[in-house]
Amino acid sequence: MIQLKKRAWSSESFGHIVWRRFRAHRFSFFCLILLAALTLSAILAPVIAPHDPNEIAGMFSAAPTAEFPLGTDQIGRDELSRLLYAARVSLLVGFLATVISTAIGVVLGLLSGYFGGWVDMVIMRFTDMVMSFPYILLVLVAAAIFRPGMWNIILILGFVDWPGVARLVRGSTLSLRESNFVKSSVVAGMSKAHILFSEILPNTTAPILIYATLVLAMSMLDEAALSFLGMGVQPPMPSLGNMLNGAQSLTILTSKPWLWLPPGLMIVVLVMCINFVGDALRDAMDPTSIHRT
Amino acid sequence: MWKYIAKRILISIPVLIGITVIDYFLMSLAGSPLSMMAGPRASKAALAAKGAQLGLDKPVLVQYFLWLSQILAGNFGYSIKGKEAVSSLIASHLGPTLLLMGVSLLLSMVVAVPGGIYSATHQSKKGDYILMGLSYLGNSIPSFFLAMMLIFVFTVRLNWLPSGGMATLGADLGGGDVAVHMVMPVIVLTVSMAGTNIRYIRSAVLEILQQDYLRTARAKGIGRFKVINKHALRNAMIPVITVFGMEIPTLFGGAIIVEQVFSWPGLGLLTMSAIVNRDYPVIMGVSLVAALVVLLGNLLTDVLYAVVDPTIQYH
Repeated sequence: MIQLKKRAWSSESFGHIVWRRFRAHRFSFFCLILLAALTLSAILAPVIAPHDPNEIAGMFSAAPTAEFPLGTDQIGRDELSRLLYAARVSLLVGFLATVISTAIGVVLGLLSGYFGGWVDMVIMRFTDMVMSFPYILLVLVAAAIFRPGMWNIILILGFVDWPGVARLVRGSTLSLRESNFVKSSVVAGMSKAHILFSEILPNTTAPILIYATLVLAMSMLDEAALSFLGMGVQPPMPSLGNMLNGAQSLTILTSKPWLWLPPGLMIVVLVMCINFVGDALRDAMDPTSIHRT
Repeated sequence: MWKYIAKRILISIPVLIGITVIDYFLMSLAGSPLSMMAGPRASKAALAAKGAQLGLDKPVLVQYFLWLSQILAGNFGYSIKGKEAVSSLIASHLGPTLLLMGVSLLLSMVVAVPGGIYSATHQSKKGDYILMGLSYLGNSIPSFFLAMMLIFVFTVRLNWLPSGGMATLGADLGGGDVAVHMVMPVIVLTVSMAGTNIRYIRSAVLEILQQDYLRTARAKGIGRFKVINKHALRNAMIPVITVFGMEIPTLFGGAIIVEQVFSWPGLGLLTMSAIVNRDYPVIMGVSLVAALVVLLGNLLTDVLYAVVDPTIQYH
């Protein structure tokens, strides 16, 4: 009881509260550190990779040795270097696709929720249509049409994955529109752009951020699936998905695990860490969970 | 209730039309599939003649309505590649996909419903943590990677299960043979779905366990089993049905990848080869059928809502 009281009166900032609560999730905190380390190594790939990812440096499909810690691939490129660069590409695709889809979703959701009426009707019906389309099918068709490649995949994933965010933001906007601080801004004659982006948007940041971690995990899985099917990032540029594409033959599957286990495990670890961090973030940012610290 | 269902169907129609429009115009961005068909050496005149025969020289909007009227007449067109009727291609590939999807959906519920309830009733205990960890893991494994690991273990190492196809070649061994071929694809689809569902169901049950009527039920002293299975579970059905409806598009997408890895002769395999060959009539046909399946799934969800929740408003 005493503790509760102290907290209620303390002038701790929201950021501090979130950080303190986030750290209480020990496993998620560990995931955050792991994620940061993997991201850093991906960003620094040009510096820390032992070889050029496209350089034919050794024997074909050689088992791991001291010089090639993860062995070499079918045409003698260093697997570790390729893995680092692949993580770099996959993280970049996931991140940019998430930024694009979140931006689209936020704008459409704000417009839909704030203006209501026919604007809402049109935007929401359009959202329904995009949502009832099997997502991977839509992406595959688009990838086939716009020629697969890293930048096209980023754009396609970004332009297809916004409906969830749009619905989320619309919901928050609908309730915020009725709040007194927004009403007072309307009365004060503030511009619509100011109300939308400076009054309503900041109050929906927490759910958007949490949802974005989900989209990030999804986008990375989708990129991997697309590249695996040969419709995503194209070789020789490495991505976690297309590294596995080459491993579909039974001989590689059977006798050369270093060619397919590392990229696969890398995706699992990255996506799982993002999911755990997102989950802890949801707990930490939830204003009703104050008793659960 | 029938009025409610009729209204739901009416709402679906504009969505369906919208889907075909989006799909068609997306497809028209691809440029001409003509040059592919005729090959690089065909003359311009030959290309134009072929194009006129297929109706490809008309404006996009006219092509769309031409196509739509054909669809309404039950004619899905012919595959540019194999000259086979798209409708018969889809008919022969739809069954295996629906079989795969249906069994996986059912199995994922069989896993996720008890799992989610267990997790919720044992919140913050060891079992809950283990189940949640597994659920995140199931969610984070790319389906094709899981498929490869399964093939590695069950086909390469143990030699228990066939690595692909729907039946043993050259032998007619009946349903048991198909079931054996289905094991791995179904596991892959089930794992990712159950991973998501278990968390939804857990949070749904958690929320219901805090309701006043459950405190009343507990206070009556009718026992833990009855409280959970009679009072909590019924009310948890509504979010479960929501999840059910949401899963269908995802499941369809998942089937495309899984069918590819296991060469399961379903719509996914058909779609991928059509995409690679730029076989537009087939892609359009499959997209339409996929959207139909999704819409029917949503409709089914809405109807189930009405069955489960007596308080729902049939407005």
